[in-house]
Order: sequence, then structure tokens, then C-alpha cells
Amino acid sequence: MADTHSVIGTKNKKGQTFTDTWEMMNNAPRTPSFFTGSEVIKEALRRASCDVMIAYPITPQSEAAALIGELFAEGYIGDYFRGESEFAVMSQCAGAAFGGARVFTTTAGPGTMRAMENFPMWSGARLPIQMIVTCRGINSPLSIQPDTLEIAYLLNTGMLVWHAETAQDFFDWILKGYMVSEEPDVHLPLALCCDGFFVTHTKDVVNLTPADMCLPPYDPYRSPVPCMDMECPPVRMMRDPFVMKSNYISYATHASWQQEVWAAVERSRKHTIKWINGLIETENADAEVLIVASGTAVSQGREAIRLLEDEGIRCGLVKIKSLRPWPGEEIREATKNAKHIIVPEFNVTGWLAKEIKATIPNSERVNAGPHVCGGMTMPPEIIVSEIKTLLGMRTMSLAGRGS
Amino acid sequence: MIKKRLNVRMSGLGGQGAVTAAHVLAMAANRDGKFSISNPFFGAEKRMAPAESYCRIGIERIYDRGELVFPDVIQVFHPQVITMGKSYTMPFYSGVKEGGLVIINSDQPLLSEEDVQRLKDLNVALFYIAGTELAIEVAGTELSTNMSMLGSVAGITKCVSMESLDLALQERFGKKFVASGGTASLDEAIKKKFAKKEMLLAKNLATVKAAYDIASAWAEKNQYELRVGNPAMAA
Repeated sequence: MADTHSVIGTKNKKGQTFTDTWEMMNNAPRTPSFFTGSEVIKEALRRASCDVMIAYPITPQSEAAALIGELFAEGYIGDYFRGESEFAVMSQCAGAAFGGARVFTTTAGPGTMRAMENFPMWSGARLPIQMIVTCRGINSPLSIQPDTLEIAYLLNTGMLVWHAETAQDFFDWILKGYMVSEEPDVHLPLALCCDGFFVTHTKDVVNLTPADMCLPPYDPYRSPVPCMDMECPPVRMMRDPFVMKSNYISYATHASWQQEVWAAVERSRKHTIKWINGLIETENADAEVLIVASGTAVSQGREAIRLLEDEGIRCGLVKIKSLRPWPGEEIREATKNAKHIIVPEFNVTGWLAKEIKATIPNSERVNAGPHVCGGMTMPPEIIVSEIKTLLGMRTMSLAGRGS
Repeated sequence: MIKKRLNVRMSGLGGQGAVTAAHVLAMAANRDGKFSISNPFFGAEKRMAPAESYCRIGIERIYDRGELVFPDVIQVFHPQVITMGKSYTMPFYSGVKEGGLVIINSDQPLLSEEDVQRLKDLNVALFYIAGTELAIEVAGTELSTNMSMLGSVAGITKCVSMESLDLALQERFGKKFVASGGTASLDEAIKKKFAKKEMLLAKNLATVKAAYDIASAWAEKNQYELRVGNPAMAA
């Protein structure tokens, strides 16, 4: 039966045609464009039928936030304004999402940390907000350069967390991300992360969908919970706050709701697999040496694999696209033949290696590193050197910067 | 020497347009049908502070991101990069690959004998160009120094064509402004700006061309070759 309420095929006020997202992302013609990552975020938003974008400046996402301001001036975004701080921005995002809007925001590093209290609140309230995280250093002394430590803090918020490698991932995943987030059996916020500068400020070729096609608008009636507006059950947060009742029922309610949020993360698995074509991507996974990585570390791994090939060393690759939901089954399968699993990371603690160790049997196969942090670049040569050392081969000492 | 990948590191000072130069070079390479990416690296965004940008050009897809630790070409946009150590590394040429190229914007030699010897040991060619003077002479402004630097790297390595550089410059600076308000006064203002823009484009292009010719002649005279291409096919 035809859906008489469908807006597919009709036009918005900018003359863009609301298009079935699957059709738009998979079958519409693509135009190669040479853009920075920030420009690509803008182009994705142009097509996202976004109701509200709230901005606050912090490098390296400021450019993207300002460019979306231009989109608003052109009439492509419902509403756009600047908050007083990241904490305010994320709270305002919640307000807009409670009100039934499709919401978008961008942040980075210390901004992510400052706003942290809001993220479990978003997922607890089941708000499908999309937040771009352009990772940068978070510790003192100050750094504006790429460092992925902040992702570790997002992993247990109940948000979906994806890690983009390139601006192309960004373009596609911003649009597809809303489709996963807004599913009634998911309805959770998405933290779409990338390594700042390496993606945001790098000019690269990105294939864009037609600018006259856009996503169908968000339908707030697909929310699995009634709007939690402080009065309505199931969570009358103001009138009957659990926190005021230290009894078993209040604990049980809270506990079951936490379980439900994480069950929703699990339920997002099937949608994520469908939309971004699997939680991981593999190349030559039957090789004895395997690089397992996410974000820019994947790119550096690809270059290292080329260098190793020149020396006759075969090395495979596992690109982790989604961190939440976590691709445990996929990683176990992809690494089952590997003797050495190398996990290069742009952070000091090696959180990804820890996750992988907790996932696979014989975790002593995992080599945590090489690590760079605080804004350092990871030349492919240091991955090569780490691998050759593991294989007991001689390596040249690397004459790098400062030598 | 013909290489699958040409890695260019541009060391300049904030405000000199090193970031723009890398973007334009990458855009031009992309137009020529090569693979290319560019990205900047800087700290606090302020004038005269060290700023670096990188352009990678190759014959296969490029994944490598971030600082260029091992460049083939190093371009020094300002003497202070060397004389005052306004560089991300000391010395500014650390990491340069054997057979590489150093291009310095200066009207006089700046390197110590020791530095010259170290570059010689690595078989690295050294080319000085008075890029700022050239920019003032041709474009009438030192703001076009980055154009001299673009012309010199293109002239020696032929990594991009002049036609593509022209088109990339147009794309970067000649973008038509889309007036959303559409008021008559706004349109007037844009027209005035556009006339100026065309002049700016022409003068910048002339600066690129002048530097290209000087650098090209230098490479020919010194029989220096560093190209992007397929080494297997060339051999």
C-alpha cells in the first residue's frame, strides 16, 4: 500500500528533492570533488535535512562549524546558533532533540571533555543527536594537534562511536549515521570521530552525491520512548525523580534502563552493518602479520603495507569502522590466523589495543603500538620498523626530525 | 630521478601563504590526473610564527597523512626559517631524502659551509630564488611570495603543468560569490570586487610563470631531474 504521508519525491524550500537514503547513497551519481574535510562536513550537512546545528569554536572543528553557519545563511539548516561553551552546546542539543529536531554539532578535544556529562544523558534520554569529534590533544600542556585519547572516554557513554579514516568516510557516514541513529530500535546519539587536521584540514578527492538530493526529514514519532519532558512517564524526572527515592524500585528502574540503552547499542549492529557495509573492512586477512587499526592509523598502515611489500613481507589489514557497537565477532574471525597483530595508535594509552586484547584468544599476539601522541605524525616507516623488529629482522635506524 | 611519489614540505611563516601554496599545488596535480593531497601543520595561528604545509603528489592513491618527516623537496618561504630557527626541526632540512631538493627564498646564500656539505653528501640540490623580490616586481606585492615558491617547485620538478596551476588558482581565488540577498547594492559591490579579483589572478599567475621559467632554466643548466612518474616504465 502506498504511503500517502511520504515526502519522498517532494521538494524542500531550497528545491532539493527528499530522496530515499539508500537510493541516494548507493545508486545516485557521484561527483568527484577536491575538498578539505571541513568542506566535506559542510557538503554532507547540505544534504542532511538538519533542523538544528549548534556551534562553539575549538580547533580543529571551528572551520566546519563556521562553514555550516554559511549553510544556514543559505537556508539549508533550520536553525543555527553559537552556545556559551561546549557544555551549553551539548545541553542545548539535548533540548532541540527533545523538541523533535534532527540535531548536529561538532566538537574537539577539551571541548569533548568539558561537555562529557551530557553524553550519557543523551543516550539515556534516547536522543539521536549526531556529534562530529575532530580529535585533538586533551592534556596540559596545550596541544591543538591530533591525538585520539578522547575517543576512549566516549566508549562507555552509551553513544554509538564510529571512527572515520578519510573525508569520504565522513561524507557518507554523516548521512548514513542518521539512518542508524534514528531507527526506533536504536534511537541513540552518534559520536562520529576523526583525527583532527589529518582529515579536517587535508584536501583529498571525495565523491559527493547530487546537491539537489537530501535525506527525508527526521520523524520524531519514530522515537521508541515518549518525550521525557519532565512530566511524562516512563521517566518523570522532575516530579518523581528516582534520585529522591532510595529504594529497590528506583535502583531497578535505573539499572534496567541502563541495560536497555546498551541493548539498543547492540540492536544498532544490524543497521550499522547494513549501512556502512560491515563494522570492519579487511585486506589480506589471511596474512601472518596483521595491522589492526582505526582512523588515520589505518591510512598510515596502508602506506606501511606498501613499503613492506617492496621488501617481500606480506601484511594484512583490518580497518575498524565502528567502535560502538564493538565488532568483537568480526575481529576474532579476521585475526584467527594471524601470528602478529600490530595495533598502531595516535594516543599514549593504547586503548584500542586493550579492547582487542580483551576480545581475542591468545592475546599475547597483540603488539600495542607503535604509539605517537600529543600531535605527532606517524610516518609509515615506524610501523615498518616495528613489524620488522617483531619478525626478528634488522632495521635501519630512522633518521627523523631533529636528527 | 623518477619517483612514484613526490613529497613536498613547505616551511614558512604565518601569513606567507604556505598553506595556500600547498593547497593550490595539490589542486593543480589533481587536475593533471595525478593523485595528490595537501595538509597544513601549525600551532597558534599568528603572523611570523612557524607554519608548515605539505603536498604529496603521486601516481597511485595516497593514504599518508600529517607532517612530512621524510620529504623529497623542502621549500623555505622565509630566511628566518633558517636564520632564526623558525622551523619545526633543527636543522630545517632534517629528514630530506637522498637526491632531494631544497628551494630557498632568499636573494643571498644563507647556509653554513657545514650545512652545504651535509646536503652535498646526501646528493641534495640547492636552489636559491629571490621569491619575494620577484613577487614585488611582477605582482607589486610581497603577498605573492607563495606564487614564486609555487612556480619554482613546478619549474624544477614539472610535478604540475602551468595550465593546471592557472586553473587551480582560478578555483581558489576566482570563485563566484553567490549572492543570497540579491539586493542591487550587494551586486554592485561584488562586481567591483570581481574586477579586482581578475587583476589579482592575472598578476599572481604572472608571478608563478616568472618563477617557473627561472627555476626551469636552472634545472636545465644543472641537469637536475626529479619527476613524478612510474620508474618501471621510465626504465
